[in-house]
Amino acid sequence: MNRVESPTSLTSRPESRYGTHLSIRNLTKTFGKKPVLQGIDLEIEPGEFIAVVGRSGCGKSTFLRLLAGLEPATDGQIELDGQPLKGLNRSARIMFQDARLLPWRSVLDNVALGLRRDGQRRGQWALQQVGLSDRAQDWTTILSGGQRQRVALARALVGQPQLLLLDEPLGALDALTRLEMQQLIQTLWQEQQFTAILITHDVEEAVHLADRVVVIKDGGIDLDLWVPVSRPRSIGYPALSEFKVKLLNRILDR
Amino acid sequence: MQIAPNFVSEKSWERSLPWQQITPWIVPLGLLVIWQLLAQFGFITTRILPAPTQIVEAAIRLSISGEMFRNVSISLWRAMLGFIIGGSIGLGLGVLNGASPTAERLLDSSIQMIRNVPHLSLIPLVILWFGIGDEARIFLVVLGVFFPIYINTFHGIRSIDPHLVEMGKVYGLRSRDLFWQIILPGALPNILVGLRYALGLMWLTLIVAETIAANSGIGYMAMNAREFMQTDVVVLSILLYALLGKVADTAVRLLERWWLPWHPSQQM
Ligand SMILES: Nc1ncnc2c1ncn2[C@@H]1O[C@H](COP(=O)(O)OP(=O)(O)O)[C@@H](O)[C@H]1O
Ligand SMILES: [Mg+2]
Repeated sequence: MNRVESPTSLTSRPESRYGTHLSIRNLTKTFGKKPVLQGIDLEIEPGEFIAVVGRSGCGKSTFLRLLAGLEPATDGQIELDGQPLKGLNRSARIMFQDARLLPWRSVLDNVALGLRRDGQRRGQWALQQVGLSDRAQDWTTILSGGQRQRVALARALVGQPQLLLLDEPLGALDALTRLEMQQLIQTLWQEQQFTAILITHDVEEAVHLADRVVVIKDGGIDLDLWVPVSRPRSIGYPALSEFKVKLLNRILDR
Repeated sequence: MQIAPNFVSEKSWERSLPWQQITPWIVPLGLLVIWQLLAQFGFITTRILPAPTQIVEAAIRLSISGEMFRNVSISLWRAMLGFIIGGSIGLGLGVLNGASPTAERLLDSSIQMIRNVPHLSLIPLVILWFGIGDEARIFLVVLGVFFPIYINTFHGIRSIDPHLVEMGKVYGLRSRDLFWQIILPGALPNILVGLRYALGLMWLTLIVAETIAANSGIGYMAMNAREFMQTDVVVLSILLYALLGKVADTAVRLLERWWLPWHPSQQM
């Protein structure tokens, strides 16, 4: 493993007390005889924003599903704030590539899914965060792709998760909407201080958003790269492109 | 920005024209008038087909004697009872087999085998079992209603997007919430399709069962009239079945509007 050390706390954020601290040790997952993840070790600080990149099929989604507790690990363990994860991870929310909204519910009722009390008011609050207050009563089927993802983001945030898992959430959006959403995710993350793990196939997106970018290859962590660039980071910031090149070379074996 | 409002207002203006609502009625009304004329001038004998006015007279006659009301209500009762029993069993088993793979393995192939037997072919057997009483007819309706509801409920639950269920789990829904908030609403469009088929089969079964063996009901009214050559009552009975079928269909349509307001089929 190749680790580029972080010059302490260049990443512009106060120490967070809110996000989950993740300790991943020897995490291994095999489907039948097919090994997908082989002994992943990773330490993630509370409130950190990590991006995970790698070729398609390298096990990124599997990694996220393990963290969410949707699937049992074959070996190894995941600790959340020192507690080993068993079953579903109730402090985590996932935002999927497809928004996965329920078409038989209004926008607001989608956001309030699973809230046991005060759903409407909290739902309105979350919709306000993503700038969709005025669409609360609409059916989700009439929204655009970007709006659907914003609803999905509101739904993820409404439960005030300590850990937000993003599985290529912007992959299907057009370039302009994607920039807008990146900005929104970054702002909300800075305000709410959850730990964020973003899977993406877009290296530019990874270095733009994350404190740290992890490359998964052959079932292991091939590179763990700090991006010590202060925020707000503007697109095309020259310091970022250096990291981008480094990552691309690594992924593509150059 | 000028064009859009104009376009919208033109469209709504066109839609609100009464002409649009009248158009579908022109052909049936025309046919009715032709029928009346043909019958009145003796081109069709009353034995073959009585004039529309004669059928109306028969309806009035039988309404006054109370015969029509009695027969319609007894047919309705048989239909409803058979529908409720068959529908509940179909819905229950559909949900059970849809939700539990074990139950499916145990029951589904047997149900599929029975389904291959056309239920109307059982009439002689059913008469042997139950005689020609109401039990026989209701039993046949139960069978007719059961399969479409079962198949569509089962299929509806099975074809729920597993991604939505997974999402529900991540968002903290327990099994019971998953069922009521994701699985059942997701299966509802299919269940309503089954309901519509079932209502069609319900009337069809009842017509056959009442025509073959009954001493009351709309089918009996028709067969009885046939013996006395009362073609007007025969046609009246047929029209009554048609009317009841239409009522059932409209009821499903209303249910769809009420239960599936989100569905693309409900959004113009
Ligand atoms: N439930 C499963 N059963 C068997 N194989 C699976 C399953 N889920 C994922 N895989 C396999 O694991 C590998 C990694 O998948 P995934 O994590 O989805 O990749 P990524 O998200 O990086 O594109 C793929 O080869 C995929 O076919
Ligand atoms: Mg994936």
